[in-house]
Amino acid sequence: MMSRLVSYIKTFTLWELLKGLAVTQRQFFKKSLTLEYPDEKTPQSHRFRGLHALRRYPNGEERCIACKLCEAVCPALAITIESDAREDGSRRTTRYDIDLFKCIYCGFCEEACPVDAIVETRIHEYHMENAGENIMTKDKLLAVGDKFDAMISADKAADAKYR
Amino acid sequence: MSDDIVNIEVNGKPVEARKGQMVIEVTDGIGAYVPRFCYHEKLSVAANCRMCLVDIEGAPKPIPACAQPVNEGMKVFTKSPRAIAAQKATMEFLLINHPLDCPICDQGGECELQDLAMGYGRDVSRYNDRKRVVKDEDIGPLVSTDMTRCIHCTRCVRFGEEIQGYPQLGTMGRGENVKISTFVEQNVDHELSANIIDLCPVGALNNKPYRFSARAWEMEQRATISPHDCVGSNLYAHVLRGTVKRIVPRDNETINEAWISDRDRFSYEAIYSADRLTTPRLKDGGEWRDIEWSDALAHAAEVFTATDGDKLGFIASPAATVEDSYLLSQLAKHLGTANIDHRLNRRDISDQDIDPVFEALGCDVDEIEQQDAVLVVGSNVRNEAPIIAHRLRKAAINGAKVSFANSKEYEYFFDVADYVSGAGLVELLAGIAVAAGTKSDAVSDICSGITPDDAQQRIAASLKDSGDALILLGAIAGSHAAYSAVRALASAIADATGAKLGFITNGPNTAGAQLAGVLPHRDIGGKSGDKVGQGIAAMLDSDLDAVVLVNVEPDADIHAIPDATQKLANKKFVVALTPFVSDALLEVADLLLPIGTFAETSGTYVNVAGTWQSFNGVANPVGESRPCWKVLRVLGNLTDAEGFDYVTSEDILAEFKSVLGDVEAGSYKPGSRLARPNGEDAPADEIDTPLYSGDGLVRRATALQQTLVAKRAAGDG
Repeated sequence: MMSRLVSYIKTFTLWELLKGLAVTQRQFFKKSLTLEYPDEKTPQSHRFRGLHALRRYPNGEERCIACKLCEAVCPALAITIESDAREDGSRRTTRYDIDLFKCIYCGFCEEACPVDAIVETRIHEYHMENAGENIMTKDKLLAVGDKFDAMISADKAADAKYR
Repeated sequence: MSDDIVNIEVNGKPVEARKGQMVIEVTDGIGAYVPRFCYHEKLSVAANCRMCLVDIEGAPKPIPACAQPVNEGMKVFTKSPRAIAAQKATMEFLLINHPLDCPICDQGGECELQDLAMGYGRDVSRYNDRKRVVKDEDIGPLVSTDMTRCIHCTRCVRFGEEIQGYPQLGTMGRGENVKISTFVEQNVDHELSANIIDLCPVGALNNKPYRFSARAWEMEQRATISPHDCVGSNLYAHVLRGTVKRIVPRDNETINEAWISDRDRFSYEAIYSADRLTTPRLKDGGEWRDIEWSDALAHAAEVFTATDGDKLGFIASPAATVEDSYLLSQLAKHLGTANIDHRLNRRDISDQDIDPVFEALGCDVDEIEQQDAVLVVGSNVRNEAPIIAHRLRKAAINGAKVSFANSKEYEYFFDVADYVSGAGLVELLAGIAVAAGTKSDAVSDICSGITPDDAQQRIAASLKDSGDALILLGAIAGSHAAYSAVRALASAIADATGAKLGFITNGPNTAGAQLAGVLPHRDIGGKSGDKVGQGIAAMLDSDLDAVVLVNVEPDADIHAIPDATQKLANKKFVVALTPFVSDALLEVADLLLPIGTFAETSGTYVNVAGTWQSFNGVANPVGESRPCWKVLRVLGNLTDAEGFDYVTSEDILAEFKSVLGDVEAGSYKPGSRLARPNGEDAPADEIDTPLYSGDGLVRRATALQQTLVAKRAAGDG
């Protein structure tokens, strides 16, 4: 009986609405959390998994040895590799494609790689304008690696003590 | 029999074993796996990897299961703490000198050491000293070496000694310095040598053409049949995204055991050779141009319909499947011609009417090794059918007297009882026939005045005195200019000695082609046809208007007729169904239709023992090539042939089998009295086809052509 009465009163005084407006009012005077992206950016972990890159050794030799473990582990089947012996007899990829539309950025490829060749950089701001640009070829991946080598090395160094 | 049974206990379970069995055979039989590297059921026991140590009650220390014969009341524990500890310790020692290069090793993913290291290895190595490094040697174009990875199981060494009979690899040095190497720097070039790739439990010996091109786990394994010899070795093709990456053996105890010849293994390279014909092509005013399939087929059908039946000829390869052969013979019949033949290299067809229904081995392939005496006539068996050569070697090791009669002596790696050579086959055989005391009327003229020498006497005696004796007529005999006499003599010897008479034929499907009636004088199943057509030689010499070549390259496949290319080029219209283009084909043909190789078509091969083996296409077709049977089916439709409504090759096979009914190989009985061949029995060595030039596939397999055998045959190296 009593609860029914309270319910009536709450209904006719718009109690729930006032409660909600109170939340709004509280937030209204608080400091804003909004970042002025792209001028401002949220902090990133060194483990952030963004755009992929293929790394090189300091002497310029590509790291990837075409073991295909990343291809095998990839849950989204985003990686396609073809391999062959290079002229000097070493095992190298002749094709290394990552389909960015298929990729789920799980980072397994990076974990599987025995030579730290494939990495996911912190870059997450990229776009495609034409069909087909979603395929990251070996050349594109190596170019990303070359360009952001300092960042990748720093991130790897920061993560090393946890491994 | 109870004496032969030994009761033992494995992991507490009572098991019956045969006396003399090794413990590992018993444990394998009941599925109690014992890890091993050096033990292989086809090879002798070496017991040098020590991985199969098991705990045997009463033994003071763990004992290698591969070298311990079973005893009554023996109690074996394969998983006891002591056994496991011993296996783990062995693994730790094996890994001391094994490099950690699994990511770049082709064996990675199918490596016995890798698998067992998962089960018996430690997570982290305790070994911090230097690892051993071994220099690689170049052992030829087929097998790649990374000898640092070797764990010295010596399977490859034992394979050379026991299976090839021709040791090419051996262990050098001792202790820490031991290494597997060739005795003198040389290529490993036995025709079965590449089986060491499968035997090697680690990545030390690997497939060179396949090197670094794929991983074991990403390929699909599809069963197929060897298209190179009459044995029909069972194969697996490993296929990545529709492309054959490598070929490995499929175990079949009755045919190829666990081995395949090198050409079976490496001929797949030809599927992707630059010589592949990828689109139908038409010669238009002397110029070749690519055309559509529909136009090409319509053009061919138009010519066939316009040509008088008797002016039409079909020359097929013995590599055509049963389905192809059947459709071809049906198509020929529909077009009103009996000019159809597959006997590319048979020079003497004068007695073709008394041919057996199909040329059979006379026994199963695996029964060769149970023979007590074998006479191989006119054959370079190691080239013609390496698996039969291997079985003959096993027979010889079992104590059989294996003899050869051939103009030229070839090398065999077992004790050859007698080798008669240096003369024509007829002369050699006549001596044996006389020694055997033949009463055959057919050869009485040939044998008159012949005095057998000692070797011929011994061969005749060995055939006569043995329980199971076999006479094999090889491909050199089959293409002999006086084949009728050779065959009659072999048959006379067989009759006089009680031996069986068998044939080693060319190509994978000679038996199937003969059953399907790809013969000018025969219909399906050996029945005589309505009319007798022309054999290949007659076809080339007569004024045919149109000739169909099925997977035949006139210059390289037809040796029996020296100027076959020229003769074909003079024909009005030649249509070639072929997987490959060659200069000779471009010269003779007017229309080229691309057909698939064995990897791209489904079909059936009948091997020389009469075993029907069907297979599916394993790879995607190259270019616009199509399976041969599909091309023939459409040609049948376009020429209004009845019943050409097959949807699958199984439909064709089912129809062929129902038409064929039950047939036996039939035997050959000599006919009328033969005259002594005059001048046709000269020792002819050139009849033999070199090992790696037998068919279009091996001729285009790059790695095989780089072997010393092939280079020597080509006249350089």
